[in-house]
Amino acid sequence: MTPLAGYLLVAALLFAIGLAGALTRRNAILVLIGIELMLNAANLNLIAFWRYGPHPEALTGMMFAIFSIAVAAAEAAVGLGLVISIYRHAQTTDLDQMNRMKG
Amino acid sequence: MLMQEMASVPFAPTTHCGPAGICDSLWLIPALPIVASGVIALMKQPQRKAAAALSIGSLAISLLLALVAFGHVVSGWTHGAAVRETVNFTWIQVGSAHVDLGWVLDPLAAVMLVMVCFVGLLIFIYSTGYMAHDENFTRFFCFLSLFAGAMLGVVIANSLLLLFMCWELVGLTSYLLIGFWYQKPSAAAAAKKAFLTTRVGDVFFLLGMVWLFAQTGTLLFYNGGAGSMEALKLGGLLATPSGLGLTAAGAIGLLIFAGAAGKSGQLPLHVWLPDAMEGPTPVSALIHAATMVAAGVYLIARVYPLMQAGALVGGTTAALTVVTWVGAATALFAALIAVAQNDIKRILAYSTVSQLGYMMAGLGMGGVAVGMFHLITHAFFKALLFMGAGSVIHGCHEEQDIRKMGGLRGAMPTTFATYAIGMLALSGFPLLFSGFWSKDGILEAAQHWSVGKAPFYMLVFGALLTAFYMTRQVSYVFFGKWRGHGQAHESPKVMTTPLAILAFFAIALGAIGTPAWPWFRAFLEGHAAEFGFAGFNEPGLLALMVTSSVVVLLGLGLGWWIYGNKSPQVETPDALERAVPPVWTVLQNKFYVDELYGVTVIAFYAWWAKVADWLDRRVWGGVVALVAWLFRGGAQLSRLSDEYWVNGGFDKGCEELSNSGGLLARVQSGKVQTYLRLLALAVVVLAAILIWSSRG
Repeated sequence: MTPLAGYLLVAALLFAIGLAGALTRRNAILVLIGIELMLNAANLNLIAFWRYGPHPEALTGMMFAIFSIAVAAAEAAVGLGLVISIYRHAQTTDLDQMNRMKG
Repeated sequence: MLMQEMASVPFAPTTHCGPAGICDSLWLIPALPIVASGVIALMKQPQRKAAAALSIGSLAISLLLALVAFGHVVSGWTHGAAVRETVNFTWIQVGSAHVDLGWVLDPLAAVMLVMVCFVGLLIFIYSTGYMAHDENFTRFFCFLSLFAGAMLGVVIANSLLLLFMCWELVGLTSYLLIGFWYQKPSAAAAAKKAFLTTRVGDVFFLLGMVWLFAQTGTLLFYNGGAGSMEALKLGGLLATPSGLGLTAAGAIGLLIFAGAAGKSGQLPLHVWLPDAMEGPTPVSALIHAATMVAAGVYLIARVYPLMQAGALVGGTTAALTVVTWVGAATALFAALIAVAQNDIKRILAYSTVSQLGYMMAGLGMGGVAVGMFHLITHAFFKALLFMGAGSVIHGCHEEQDIRKMGGLRGAMPTTFATYAIGMLALSGFPLLFSGFWSKDGILEAAQHWSVGKAPFYMLVFGALLTAFYMTRQVSYVFFGKWRGHGQAHESPKVMTTPLAILAFFAIALGAIGTPAWPWFRAFLEGHAAEFGFAGFNEPGLLALMVTSSVVVLLGLGLGWWIYGNKSPQVETPDALERAVPPVWTVLQNKFYVDELYGVTVIAFYAWWAKVADWLDRRVWGGVVALVAWLFRGGAQLSRLSDEYWVNGGFDKGCEELSNSGGLLARVQSGKVQTYLRLLALAVVVLAAILIWSSRG
């Protein structure tokens, strides 16, 4: 097994854990954490493909990952902001109770 | 892409600027205060000591670097050739065209660097005392540092564009500092006025810059023979006519001069400078006496090859002639107004305008060295005078009216002694003071000017007035009886020590520019300085020195005769007012220039705004209303058809749709995790299809 496959397996595992968390947890904050896990799995993939790809000397993969981390940080801030404002509004972070947008 | 270019004509090439050379790290000099300002901006209001220490510390390091740079230039010069080293790099590349920026180290820049850093540092230290009780102390030092950095950027810029950027930064900080006490409506208005008035000049400056770029393809001053201030490009500019009998060089020079006139308060754009006295006094000393207003003069000195291009030996050019006339007119005009002002800072402000006129006239008639020498000496003694005035205002409990002072000689001995030195230097008291030698240089140049004698007489009369109004001010403030309220007190050491240092230089600086040892001129022009009294043997020089001494003494005597020891009350009219009331009224109202602008430029804009308003309301508004009415009519028609034909069919369709939509709506459960699950499922299916299809 090449080391690349090892990284990809770890990333896949991380992604699966994150997805499971995002799908099963009812607490909005834990869902956000699941999403973060998935993002980081993707970052791990970016780095792995860059490192074992044809041009490891160019810093593209690392740059991409850093951008992605920065964007993830912004996204987390927005997400938490939404959770806080919803909590103020509805006094709950239970996602099952946030169904007022139904058709 | 970093290129290092060597000096060019008339400056002989010198040592190469190596990696450890000072000119490579010259950018640090403006960068340090700007970084300090950025850091201070993040500090909290109570962190006063840290803010002051940071801004003083950064400027002190800049001063050290400036001294190293100065030493480098001097050592190159004493080895036989003047130093001019540049570092240029490409900023923007568009196709084959590129815009370059860079910095330059030559005698002109070195002298200005040391002056700005040194005077700036003293004023920073003084400010810690003057602003000690202000709640926005940290903000003040943030702006001051930003200003110092921008000004140093103007000084080292080797590109007109970089210079313009720093120039605008200087304008911005000037606006911020004049309006520092923005709670006062007058300060806010003065800041706005300064910003807008200088902007008028800057528009012309920008036009000149664009034109220069279009003609020469470069905005660098010096670039190993390919810069816009070097012979090759200047030749091209001279060969291009531009209408009105001017060459392109002359026209661009005049446009750039318009920018310089705005910044340096020359006629007719001088109106903002006296109003700028609404700012805190250290600001007046730093910005509106020593540095920013000198930036215009410095700009002309920097582009002097362009201004001078095409002049024969001993001759002049159209651009330089305009510079001279504007300078001389400003010098006389502002000196006249200064005679009739009663605000201690306004007198100094008009005196600054007047002295800037001298500098411009000196540049126009005598060349870079003459104008720049007056700039340097003036920076020292005018900063001294402003800081002395600040000390007086501080000691008199924020009183600025000289009629409500008096007799401060006893209460504030240090301030009095230093102020008197500054005042004598400004008046040009013979032999001892720096102002005498620098002003004499200008008068001498005016005497030999090839175009006419009028500027000479204007400047001599201005010198008489300068001595006169300064005597009037000093008699009002320091002699006679105390007419204010409360008890005047001497300022703390932190304020008087900078005064003493500046006073020393107000005297000592004269030594480097006397005809016996014209060190300053030799340094700027790059030839050897010789000590000897042969310099006095030039035709007419001794006679001129005697004349100017007599004129100055006459002014001092006249002032003392009219105002000395009189201690007039606030209500009693001024001695001159009693003698010639109409003249006094005109002078006190500053020749009604503000009012003139009020009824011309501003009234025009107000009228224009009214016209636009009327057009908007009546003409365009009418058209809009008509169109609206037409559409409303059409809309009525379509409403009728809608209601009877379309709606009937539509309603039926909607009913069907909503029935079927009800089914789909179940999917839209509003539960975010259900969506996510569907999404995940879809991805799995998609992945499965992809994998399966790639197998096959």
